[in-house]
Amino acid sequence: MTKPTQYPINPDLQVQGALSDNERLKTQSQHLRGTITTDLQNEITGGFTGDNFLLVRFHGMYQQDDRDIRAERAEQKLEPLHNVMLRARMPGGIIKPEQWLAIDKFASEKTLYGSIRLTTRQTFQFHGVFKPNIKPMHQMLNSIGIDSIATAGDVNRNVLCTSNPVESVLHQQAYEWAAKISEHLLPKTRAYAEIWLDEEKVETTETEPVLGDSYLPRKFKTTVMIPPHNDVDVHANDLNFVAIAENGQLVGFNVLVGGGLAMTHGDKATYPRRAEDFGFISLEHVLKVAEHVVTVQRDYGDRVNRKNAKTKYTIDRIGVDTFKQEVEKRVGVAFAPSRPYEFTHRGDRFGWVEGIDGKHHLTLFIENGRLLDYPDKPLKTGVSEIAKIHKGDFRMTANQNLIIAGVALADKAQIEALARAHGLLEDSVTEQRKNSMACVSMPTCPLAMAEAERYLPTLVTHVEGILAKHGIAEDHIILRVVGCPNGCGRAMLAEAGLVGRGPGKYNLYLGGNTAGTRIPKLYLDNVAEAEILATLDQLIGRWSLERNAGECFGDFVIRVGVVAEVKISKTDFHA
Amino acid sequence: MPFASLNALTSPLSAQQVQDLQKLVSQLNPIQQAWVSGFLAVSAQAAGAQLPSVAAASATPSVLTILFASQTGNAKSVASKLKAAAEQLGLNVNLQDIASYKTNALVKEQHLVIVTSTYGEGEPPESAVSFHKFLFGKKASALPQLNFAVLGLGDSSYEYFCQTAVDFDTQLTKLGANRLQAPALLDVDYDTGAATWQAEVLAKFQPLLQSTSQAALVVSSVADSAHGSAFNKQQPFVAELSVNQKITGRTSTKDVRHIEISLADSGLTYQPGDALGVYFQNDPALVQAILTATGIEPTSVVSLDATGEVTIERALIDSLELTQSYPSFLEKYASSTGNSELQKIAADKTAAREFLATRQTLDVILQFPGSLTAQQLADSLRKQQPRLYSIASSQAEVGEEVHLTVGVVRYDAFGASHLGGASGYLAERLAEGDNVRVFVEHNDNFRLPDHDTPVIMVGPGTGIAPFRAFLQERDNAGATGQNWLFFGNPHFTQDFLYQVELQDYLKRGVLAKLDVAFSRDQAQKVYVQDKLLAKGAEVWNWLQQGAHFYICGDGSKMARDVHEALVQIAVNHGGLSADDAAEYFEQLRESKRYQKDVY
Repeated sequence: MTKPTQYPINPDLQVQGALSDNERLKTQSQHLRGTITTDLQNEITGGFTGDNFLLVRFHGMYQQDDRDIRAERAEQKLEPLHNVMLRARMPGGIIKPEQWLAIDKFASEKTLYGSIRLTTRQTFQFHGVFKPNIKPMHQMLNSIGIDSIATAGDVNRNVLCTSNPVESVLHQQAYEWAAKISEHLLPKTRAYAEIWLDEEKVETTETEPVLGDSYLPRKFKTTVMIPPHNDVDVHANDLNFVAIAENGQLVGFNVLVGGGLAMTHGDKATYPRRAEDFGFISLEHVLKVAEHVVTVQRDYGDRVNRKNAKTKYTIDRIGVDTFKQEVEKRVGVAFAPSRPYEFTHRGDRFGWVEGIDGKHHLTLFIENGRLLDYPDKPLKTGVSEIAKIHKGDFRMTANQNLIIAGVALADKAQIEALARAHGLLEDSVTEQRKNSMACVSMPTCPLAMAEAERYLPTLVTHVEGILAKHGIAEDHIILRVVGCPNGCGRAMLAEAGLVGRGPGKYNLYLGGNTAGTRIPKLYLDNVAEAEILATLDQLIGRWSLERNAGECFGDFVIRVGVVAEVKISKTDFHA
Repeated sequence: MPFASLNALTSPLSAQQVQDLQKLVSQLNPIQQAWVSGFLAVSAQAAGAQLPSVAAASATPSVLTILFASQTGNAKSVASKLKAAAEQLGLNVNLQDIASYKTNALVKEQHLVIVTSTYGEGEPPESAVSFHKFLFGKKASALPQLNFAVLGLGDSSYEYFCQTAVDFDTQLTKLGANRLQAPALLDVDYDTGAATWQAEVLAKFQPLLQSTSQAALVVSSVADSAHGSAFNKQQPFVAELSVNQKITGRTSTKDVRHIEISLADSGLTYQPGDALGVYFQNDPALVQAILTATGIEPTSVVSLDATGEVTIERALIDSLELTQSYPSFLEKYASSTGNSELQKIAADKTAAREFLATRQTLDVILQFPGSLTAQQLADSLRKQQPRLYSIASSQAEVGEEVHLTVGVVRYDAFGASHLGGASGYLAERLAEGDNVRVFVEHNDNFRLPDHDTPVIMVGPGTGIAPFRAFLQERDNAGATGQNWLFFGNPHFTQDFLYQVELQDYLKRGVLAKLDVAFSRDQAQKVYVQDKLLAKGAEVWNWLQQGAHFYICGDGSKMARDVHEALVQIAVNHGGLSADDAAEYFEQLRESKRYQKDVY
């Protein structure tokens, strides 16, 4: 295999066989350049051709099309309405008001859907950008200090950081590490600057010392998390730095490796898996540890079968201890015993909170993370109006919500008035709705098998009805809907998770918990809404009557034997 | 001619072949006979068979030479009828496309009739450009020996009505030729006028020409316009509309339809470059609105030249023109209703044209309501003409189907939505499976060259149609000549007609190059001529290598702009002076390497 051989490789721990075609295209891409520039000049198709279709992902874009009209356009003898989705790189999800105004303008003027989508990767996405607008988009982003390097593809993606505006000192320190880790793990190729920013091509013998010249075997996700608030869902991520503080100051991290939720329907070799706790490290080793968790996965991840290429499978294949020891060997430091921490919840703290620095922070519930001007709710305009007067910053959360952070006491009333006037702050939103989430899915995501974002509001209304019917309208279950088993909406850490199978059909998984530390298990296979609702009605009914004090729905269904607990994914999930 | 009268002396066949042919023919019904005749004509053409030249015949004193300069086939049709009538009188006729007429024969010509249309702003049709230029040029010599008459076909809604006929008539007179009959300048409903003129003109030529009952056979260089089918403009085929598919995107400002019509069992055949004539019915709702506005009872009986007595409602739906406006309606309607204001507009040609530019018949009636009889209304409207659409398919690809690319004329004006007559009929009022009356109009002035000759095609908008036919033809024939298409329309995502097919042609190498201009996708509008200029060096290179150049689409602006771009390219990349560049393309046109199908 063509990889930097800085470290001795044990071939027995590698998967041998014919490499997947993605390996060829990464290796042949001239460090992610491909022939993207030629494609940009091709006026005959709105899409990218050949390898470029996948290579643009490493630059933060997915080629998509409007699936609602795909069949219609085929009849019209027109190609699918090709466009790209762009996912920005925003470590920790912090964005300044002036940046916001620029992306707001672009979304309005240059995208098919005219929306800004906040996502579970704690960033924003533009959906529906046509080819002629792609380069101007990157140049606009660059002008405001934003890029989209490596937010998709087989690389380390946008680094998450717990949105905790209250403990502002700790948050600031954690956030800075998120930004540093993101920078450290970025591809070093100048392809992005050359292709999108027209920067001069520099003749260098370019190498990728961390990621390797054929990049990672599969996507790689990293978080920085501040306990006990697991909003980033560490178990959905390959690499997690759990902040350990002493006297309100960050001293180091517990490192959790190998989480991930993606699976493939019908393939029992694939499964969602929690991350393993490798132990504690102090701050001076953070970047090295991050680097070498990546390089171990780079060297031992499966490059033959992409469905088994993620870190979680590498860990299960070579063993937690082997993986951990290899990291220690490369860093030259041993992990210390894990420091105590606990996860208590994942949801955002909606409404106003005051930080220890005396600043005020307003968390807005954004249904599905979709900021768009609806006829009766001009949400997107609302945020831009706030951005025009806001002196602090905005924080996008991993739950697809938005925090208006750093508001002075004197400005609170004005901000709140704007939020209320534009439908961004509504007292009537239930706990159930606030704790429900969906991925983007139809009509833009090419992987979607069933509706998610567009279905969620209706589904939540039904579930609200069920809760009310059983007299527990104030309670909620963590409810998540995703269009495919790929994991974006993190349904495989929900108390009740729906994973799309086909139009109108879902698998129903039950048994996650509120803290996000347990993988749910399949309960209903390939069923339609009626059956799902009937099942939830029956189970929520039982829960309302039979639950222990404070017992969440996910714990209840396991205790009473509705589903078996998934302790070890590899053996339990498909059992 | 009846096969029974065929004999070896008057045909190129042997006695045995004549006998065999007669035996075969006796077993065929008329439709089969028609099909065989068309089949043989096409296969003879495909084999490169040269029909006997007529040049020698044209010098014979006893011959009446009839030249037609056709844009859409009407002039050819009128000329063919004139030929038939002349032959009925025993006259010897040489019927010829003016494009193939050797202008140096003119000095010996004695009896000449020219039937010509006019195109655009008073310009000669493509096929007559050379002849027109010759007549007005220095090489034209005195023609005292010549007796002539000119028949012009035009559309009175254009400013320079029948200008080419006027040009020919005045210039031939100027050159000393003897005008035997005043020119007929006929509007789109020309049938009656043409018949009258034909009788008059033949009565004048007949005494001058020898009787030719025993004359040697003069072979026409023009194949019969029906090409062997029993169906033609006069007797259209009742076909089935099999597909009506919108091919612009859902947010397009244009509604363009891909139409497929079945010609099964019609014997109709066509070649890439031909057009399909489509008869249509007017919208019953529009007819109702006109009747309501004029207070005329739908059941009132009127008399029409063509059909005799029918109800005004049927006449308006089936026979009369309601969606294309023309000055004669203004005049007649204004006079019937006695509306002086409208009469004033009608009297001023410029004002009338401006007034009619945006108005259909109903708009005029609603703006100037008045009372008139059903017969007066019928008389004020001209006879509905079938619309011609460039065929968008090749039979090599689609067999007995014929495909069209129809831009639906639809706009809002005067507080109401307006729909084109034929395009509205095809797109909205016909359902798939319904019948539509069609005929094939051949266009020998828009033809692919040999298989190994490169072609450059410029077809923005629905101008793409014949080039889809060209590409299908060349793809199926495995033609080795390279193909380069320039296409344009407002928006890439919405208006890229036949995008998927063109992508496939490009991928498979059938299209060597495809350049597109989407005018409204950027601040600065970009058109096909801009793309052409940008690729000027390569275009020039292709032309130097013998490429044929084709333009289809809007004649009023696009075709001119493309022509100007070409001249510019010859100047920039060929080092020609502007005059030489113009002359270069003139020569290309004369050698049929530069062809247009514009409207």
